[in-house]
Amino acid sequence: MEHRDDIGSRMGMWIFIFTEILLFGGLFLVYAIFRAKYSEDFHNAALELNTIFGTINTVILLISSMTVAMSITAVQKGDKKKALILLGITLLIAATFLVNKYFEWGHKIHLGIYPGSDLLLELTRGEHLFFTLYYFMTALHGFHIVVGIVFLSVIAWKVNSGTINSSNYTLLENGGLYWHLVDLIWIFLFPLMYLIS
Amino acid sequence: MDNHENHITSYFTNGKILIVLLFLTFITVTVTSFDLGALTVTVALLIACIKAYTVLTYFMHLKYESAVFRYMVMGVLLLFALIIGFTFFDYAFR
Repeated sequence: MEHRDDIGSRMGMWIFIFTEILLFGGLFLVYAIFRAKYSEDFHNAALELNTIFGTINTVILLISSMTVAMSITAVQKGDKKKALILLGITLLIAATFLVNKYFEWGHKIHLGIYPGSDLLLELTRGEHLFFTLYYFMTALHGFHIVVGIVFLSVIAWKVNSGTINSSNYTLLENGGLYWHLVDLIWIFLFPLMYLIS
Repeated sequence: MDNHENHITSYFTNGKILIVLLFLTFITVTVTSFDLGALTVTVALLIACIKAYTVLTYFMHLKYESAVFRYMVMGVLLLFALIIGFTFFDYAFR
């Protein structure tokens, strides 16, 4: 009989989440300090961001948190088909988020706003800082979404094969926890980047 | 077996939490469209904290986990608050 420690497993994921909170927290701190120092520049720079794109991404990410939470309910109830559909929707939304990001960034890059560009050097220090922080933080967040897609895909595979089932679903819970973290980061990123204008 | 195992969050409850989150998002976007000066950021961050609390409590299941998890999360958030607080305190008096 294989030894399992479900609580330990969940606690391990929570501890990892704590490191992530400190990682992004540190970046938010940098943002906060420089925002206090260059408030007008940050305000002006933020006008370049598209609030509609940001809001759509916020809404779909929140929905994806619900669908992954529902997939846990489905597995707990032994409804494999529903669980797979819900995980599928979560993954679809994750991909959509990245596609939106692609269009958002593409538009800015087209305008010459990207790390290392000449245009950025001509901006005021505060504006330059804003865009650098914007790119770095959304890129790091986007990377976490990519990791989440891989993680949830593996989990979906295991749900399909029956490895994850109603009496063994901690891996799915942990995947859900990770995904909610990604959502939490965006919950703070969105107002601080897009809504300060 | 722990008490966590017995609790299944219904689809309906998950749906209700989403509605709450979407509503709070709508409030955030609406409030920030007005210029309230420094208050705008405060309100936006406050609502973000409420959304975060909702996600942590329900989606991340903290409400139904044993107290240890809640204390750990609160501990880390306190640590983070201290880091921010002391950094700003230092910065303000340079």
